[in-house]
Amino acid sequence: MEQPIIKVNQISKVYQKGAIGSGTFSRDLENSVKSFYSRLTARNKDETGELRKKKESIWSLKDVSFELYEGDAVGIIGRNGAGKSTLLKILSRVTGPTYGSIEGRGRIASLLEVGTGFHPELSGRENIFLNGAILGMKSFEIRKNFDEIVDFSGVEDFIDTPVKRYSSGMYVRLAFAVAAHLESEILIIDEVLAVGDSAFQKKCLGKMGSISKDQGRTVLFVSHNMQSIQNLCNKSLLLNNGELIRQGKTADIIQEYLNDQETYTSLELQKNRRGDGKIKFKNLRLIDPETNQVLNQITCGKNLLVEIDFIAKEGAPIKDLEISIGFNDQFGTRQTLISNELSGQILSRPNTENWTQRILVNKLSLALGNYSLNLFVSSKGCIHDWVMDAMPFYVEGDAYFENITMTLGSGKGNFYLDFNYL
Amino acid sequence: MMLRYTWKIVSWNSWYSLKIKEAWEYKDLFFLLLRRDFIAFYKQTILGPLWFFVQPIITLFVYTFVFGKIAAVSTDGLPRPLFYLPGIICWNYFAECLLKNSTVFRDNFNLFSKVYFPRIILPMSIVFSSMVRFFIQMSLFVVVLLFYYSKGLKPEINSSVALLPLLLILMAAFGQGLGLIVSALTTKYRDLSLLVNFGVQLLLFSTTVVYPLNAAPIAIRPYIGLNPMTTILETFRHAILGQGSFSVAALVQATIITICIFFTGLVLFSKVERNFVDTI
Repeated sequence: MEQPIIKVNQISKVYQKGAIGSGTFSRDLENSVKSFYSRLTARNKDETGELRKKKESIWSLKDVSFELYEGDAVGIIGRNGAGKSTLLKILSRVTGPTYGSIEGRGRIASLLEVGTGFHPELSGRENIFLNGAILGMKSFEIRKNFDEIVDFSGVEDFIDTPVKRYSSGMYVRLAFAVAAHLESEILIIDEVLAVGDSAFQKKCLGKMGSISKDQGRTVLFVSHNMQSIQNLCNKSLLLNNGELIRQGKTADIIQEYLNDQETYTSLELQKNRRGDGKIKFKNLRLIDPETNQVLNQITCGKNLLVEIDFIAKEGAPIKDLEISIGFNDQFGTRQTLISNELSGQILSRPNTENWTQRILVNKLSLALGNYSLNLFVSSKGCIHDWVMDAMPFYVEGDAYFENITMTLGSGKGNFYLDFNYL
Repeated sequence: MMLRYTWKIVSWNSWYSLKIKEAWEYKDLFFLLLRRDFIAFYKQTILGPLWFFVQPIITLFVYTFVFGKIAAVSTDGLPRPLFYLPGIICWNYFAECLLKNSTVFRDNFNLFSKVYFPRIILPMSIVFSSMVRFFIQMSLFVVVLLFYYSKGLKPEINSSVALLPLLLILMAAFGQGLGLIVSALTTKYRDLSLLVNFGVQLLLFSTTVVYPLNAAPIAIRPYIGLNPMTTILETFRHAILGQGSFSVAALVQATIITICIFFTGLVLFSKVERNFVDTI
């Protein structure tokens, strides 16, 4: 029987809500004196129990166990906040688990970020050695792979230039090249590596594939992009709220994840809402108008069809409806609003219990990233239903401008304008 | 075939797990960090190593003026530059080890939160890259010493020169130990770091940088001697200049205190390094 290369035994990670301690000594002292005093004065156990409950804890991971075998390429799938990053951090030993243990053999190299430890004043050559060493390579290993690294990065001509003079593309390419040539048995890769232009991205994914398939090394990969997980990974883990729900073949897990997302868009059970409930949001689907397929991931620059199912009580208003969709980014900042009040269209509904409103968005210009929708329906100033954080989704940045692949957080702003140089 | 697991991540950390063997595996990183600090320093400044001389020379002038001319503190009969300079240079090194180690978590947060490597590598590289500055500054002292020899000062160098490497190790270990203790505490209590800068300035007067030990009242000499820096400086002056109070007992005491501080620092550091990413 084959023996796993990594064995994860029931690891959990608990964070105290709020900061641990208050950050200053005097306030911590004050707090501990206070809690000691109130424990003294608490007459019975209930009161102290109450006191303890106030220290809320968040389980970022809960009893996660799995095994990895040599040559596995494993995708980790889950929504934001499902515990993916925490799992990666624990596996790469950046932070420790609160409970549980992990056993394994061989070296682990983790890439939670490209170019960690790059020093702007040092040349490309010097940074290759420094970065390689930070990632756990010995100097002789780096020397052995040096030509290959430089070749892969395509920055030969600038190898003795300080990296502060590099373009961001060159910087990232060099950083990835170092990482791709690590000689560790286990490689942990976060989504951040989906960087650079699309040609280089393909090269990276190809390299990662050959690491696991041809060299028989183990790869753990986190991404929101189901396509790259599908291409790269033979197995996957599905996380939800810190728990490992399922593990198995990638295709099955992705299917389950997508199905799960669809149930999430059923809005009837959503609790975070206000309004009198005469008209309520029931379902929301994001559809590709060309193929009529339900999307879990939206592509920037393409047309988008939003379908909303409503359910109305008897006697609910029929005319003068206002239906709005607010797009919030991952920090909760409103990025844009779709509303018939803005466009001046007058909406009314068929006099039935259920009906569907369809909204077509031409050439969606939201920059890539994670978003969430707020839904709002009212008539004559009376709010019927207002659903907060109705549906999280991810915008990919492929198709807005031709020939250019967008990358996250590179100063390109929150949305694109349709412009033309004259 | 059963293969043995070579590592294990657990939820607790035993106090003695200093992971020395693992740190040794990363010795290449240690040398590259040294190189980085060195190169980065030279590339960023025009005067480069000349800066290393500016600070002790100015300090020397101020001390000579304030403690020499105004306060007229004894220098054990030595020319003032020869008396003050070793103190200034050694103290600089000690203070730099302490201060840089005390902020090691904050300065390297980005690195620590993204990659694992034995954390102790960074504090160690700090101590050794500061040593470069120490040696360059010491060359200034040698020049001053030769100048006085040419002026007719009688050389007093004696056999206790053999102790100099030990003194350097003690200085480094003491500075690092204190720095690591502070670094471990400051991950939880940020306001302590304000106290440290201030404390290092005050600590200067608790040791024999600006006065010789035998100029201090006899009653408080044992307390001044508690600071290993006192013994280090006195032994140095004794070895090179033939002045200062030297005793094996004091040296043993300083060594013991330093070892205690150093290991306390290491243990606290290894306690904190695991989960500090979650707290800072």
